[in-house]
Amino acid sequence: MALLQIAEPGESAAPHEHRLAVGIDLGTTNSLVATVRSGMSVVLNDVQGRPMLPSVVSYAADGSVDVGYGAEAKQSIDPKNTIISVKRFMGRGRRDIAHIETLPYDFVDTEGMVKLKTIAGNKTPVEISAEILKTLRNRAEASLGGELTGAVITVPAYFDDAQRQATKDAARIAGLNVLRLLNEPTAAAIAYGLDNSAEGIYAVFDLGGGTFDISILRLSKGVFEVMATGGDSALGGDDFDHRIFCWIIEQAKLAPLSPQDARLLQMRAREAKEQLSQHGQAPITVKLGSGEYVDLMLTTEIFTDITRTLVQKTLVPTKKALRDAGLTVVDVRGIVMVGGSTRMPQIQHAVAELFKQEPLNNLDPEKVVALGAAIQANLLAGNRAAGDDWLLLDVIPLSLGLETMGGLVEKVVPRNSTIPIARAQEFTTFKDGQTAMAIQVVQGERELVSDCRSLARFELRGIPPMVAGAARIRVTFQVDADGLLSVTAREQTSGHEARVEVKPSYGLSDDEIATMLKDSFSHASDDAFRRALKEAQVEAQRLIEATQSALHEDASLLSTLERAHIDGGVAKLQAVIMGDDRRAIDEAMRDLSAATNEFAARRMNQSVKRALAGRKIDQLSL
Amino acid sequence: MTTFDLNFAADHFTLFGLPRAQSLDLESLEHSFRAIQAQVHPDKHAHAADSDRRLAMQWATRVNEAFQTLKSPGKRARYLLHLLGHDPQIESNTAMPVEFLVSQMELREAVMEARAASDEAALDAVRSRLLNEIRVEYERLAELIDMTKDFIAAANLVRQLMFQEKLLTEIDDALEAVTA
Repeated sequence: MALLQIAEPGESAAPHEHRLAVGIDLGTTNSLVATVRSGMSVVLNDVQGRPMLPSVVSYAADGSVDVGYGAEAKQSIDPKNTIISVKRFMGRGRRDIAHIETLPYDFVDTEGMVKLKTIAGNKTPVEISAEILKTLRNRAEASLGGELTGAVITVPAYFDDAQRQATKDAARIAGLNVLRLLNEPTAAAIAYGLDNSAEGIYAVFDLGGGTFDISILRLSKGVFEVMATGGDSALGGDDFDHRIFCWIIEQAKLAPLSPQDARLLQMRAREAKEQLSQHGQAPITVKLGSGEYVDLMLTTEIFTDITRTLVQKTLVPTKKALRDAGLTVVDVRGIVMVGGSTRMPQIQHAVAELFKQEPLNNLDPEKVVALGAAIQANLLAGNRAAGDDWLLLDVIPLSLGLETMGGLVEKVVPRNSTIPIARAQEFTTFKDGQTAMAIQVVQGERELVSDCRSLARFELRGIPPMVAGAARIRVTFQVDADGLLSVTAREQTSGHEARVEVKPSYGLSDDEIATMLKDSFSHASDDAFRRALKEAQVEAQRLIEATQSALHEDASLLSTLERAHIDGGVAKLQAVIMGDDRRAIDEAMRDLSAATNEFAARRMNQSVKRALAGRKIDQLSL
Repeated sequence: MTTFDLNFAADHFTLFGLPRAQSLDLESLEHSFRAIQAQVHPDKHAHAADSDRRLAMQWATRVNEAFQTLKSPGKRARYLLHLLGHDPQIESNTAMPVEFLVSQMELREAVMEARAASDEAALDAVRSRLLNEIRVEYERLAELIDMTKDFIAAANLVRQLMFQEKLLTEIDDALEAVTA
C-alpha cells in the first residue's frame, strides 16, 4: 500500500514538485517580477523591500554594470553611459527613434538595430535589456530559493515582430527560459478578470512610460478572448515629460543644454508631471550647471494644453480597435486602466468622455501586468491547481504582407487575427526561365512597402526553369502563440522548399546572440559549459517525464512494437542524462522526440475527439 | 495515413460537429471552438516536449482558421458553396447587376466626399446604412443556400457582398484618416 503524502501547511500536496516560474513586466520606466505563491500572485521586492526596478542601466569603465536605483542616481552625472527607456530602442533603427537629437547617447552608425557607444563598449538595446532581466532573474532566484523553470515576459500588444524578437533574444541572453511572450494588456486582463470574476466586453487602456496599447477583450467563463488591439509603440509618459521639458526651455529661454543639464531638466519635468496627478500645480525650480536658474509654475491647465495632441493620439487607436472589434462604446462594460501614465488627470477625463463611463482604477496600474504575467507563467509551467483552467486567445496587432510588383503590399495575415495562425499565398514567375525569386516580408497597414516595416528579405532559388507564369510558389506564413513569424516558401511543381526563420532586418543574428551569451557567461560566476549542460539535463528530464506520463495515460494507443521503440528511447536518454556529454544528451533527446512524434499526434487527435464528445453530452443534458 | 491526419483534414463543419448550413448556431460554434482549443492550444502544452508543442501549434492554427471561416457569414458562404461544388469564382466572375453597381457608386462617392470634408458623422451614417444592407443580404443568402438551394443566385449574392465588404473597409480607412 502506498504511503499517504502529507504536505507542510502552505505547501503543495501535489506529487510533482512546484516549478518556479515568474512573470516579468519589462517596462520602459520600471520593471517588475512577480510569482504565484500559495495561490496568490505577488510582486517580488528587492532586499530593501522595493517592488520596482527602474529600467536604467549604467556602464562603468571597469566593465561593471549597475542596474536600477543605483544606475538611476548616475543618470545626470554620467548620461552617456547611463541608459534610460531602452525599451524604446528595441528592434528599432536610428530613423525610427523620436527626438533622437535630444538624447545624450553616442549612437554607433550601423545598419539595422541601433547600437550605443558606452565606456564598456558598443551595446545593443537587446544586451542592455538583458541586464535588466538578469537583475530580475537574480532577485527571483534569491527570493524563491532555486533556479527558475521559466518566465513569461510581457510586451506591448502593439509591438511588431522585430520588437518581440528582440525581447525574446534579451531573455535568452539573460538565461531565462521564455514560456511565452504575453501582451501587456492581456496580462492585465487576466489579473483583473480572475480577481473580479469579470464577464463581458472590457477595454484595457495601457499607457506606460514609452508605449500605448488598447485591447478590447471578451471575458467569459474561463476564456480571455482578445477581439482587437491597437496602439502606438512609441507613445507614453516619456512624451508627456518631453512636452514639459520643451515648455521649460521655451519659458525660461534657455541656451542649448549640456547632456547633464538636459537630463536634469528631464528628471524635473517628470517630477512635475507626477506632482500634477495629485495637485493642481507643480513648481519647477532648477539650478543648471550652466549657472542659469529655472523658476516656473506648471499648472494642470497648461499641462493639459501642451499635451492635448498626445492625448488625442491615444483616442485614435482606441476608436479604431473598437471598430475592428465590430463594437461601439455602449458595448463596453468596463475600462481597465493600466500603466503609471494613466494616473494623469487629462487621460482619465479623456477616457471617461470617450466611453461615457468612469474607468476602473481599483488595481495598481503599475503592478497589474506583472501580476497577470505571473499567473500565466504559473499555469504554463504546469503548476495547475483545481479551477486554474482558462484559455487565452490573443491576436496579431499588425497585418503581415508580401511585396508584390511595383512596391505594393499584398496582405497575407490581417491584423487582429487570432494566433496561432497560418496563411498561404501563391506566386508565379514573371520571366521565362526564371530560377530565383526574392521575397520581402513586411508588417504594417499601409499600401506601399516603403511605408511598412520590412521584417525580412529572402531568396527562393532552384526554381526549375519554366515559361513565365508556370511555376507555382506557395509562401506560408506561420505566426506562433508568441506572435512571432516564420515563413516557408515551396515551389509546388518541383517540391523545392526554402524554410526561413524570419530574422527581422532589425534583429540580431544567431552568431551575435551566441557571442553575447558567451560574453554574458564569462562575466557571470557560473561557467557557460556547466550551465548549458545543466539546461540540457533539465530539458531531458522534462522530456522523460512528459513521455512517461503520456505512456501512463495512453499506452493503449501504441502497438507493442511502437511501445518498445519509445521505451528504448527513454532508456537510452536515461543512460546519458547524468553524464557530462551534452551532445550525447541532445542526440538521445532528438531520437526520443522522433520516436514519440506519431504517438503525440494520436494523443492530440484523441483529446480533440474527447472535447467534441464532451460538447455533445453538454447539449444532450440541456 | 493515421487517424490523426484524417481528422486534421476534416472539413470545418465536421471539425466542430455542426451541420453544413449557412444559417448556423453561433453559440454552438463558439462552444465547440473553445472546447477544442482548450485541448489543443499551445498554452496547454507549454511544458510538453518539442514535438507536442509543434503539433499543438498546428492544431490550434487549424482550429483558428476553421473558426474564423465559419464565424464570418461571408467567408462561411464562400467556403460552403465551395464544399457544395458551386465555387463563387470571385476572381474570374465580375458581372454585377447594373442597379447594384449604381447604388455602390453612389455610396462610394458619399464616402469620398465625407472623407474630403473630414465629416466623421457622415462617414458613420454611411457605415451604419451599409452595415444594415449587408445584414439583410446575409439573411437572404442563408435562405438561398439552405432553403431554396439556389446556389447560382447565392454565388451572385456572395460576389456582391464581397464588393460591399470592401467598401466597408474603405469607410473604416476613411474614418481612421479623418479622426487621426
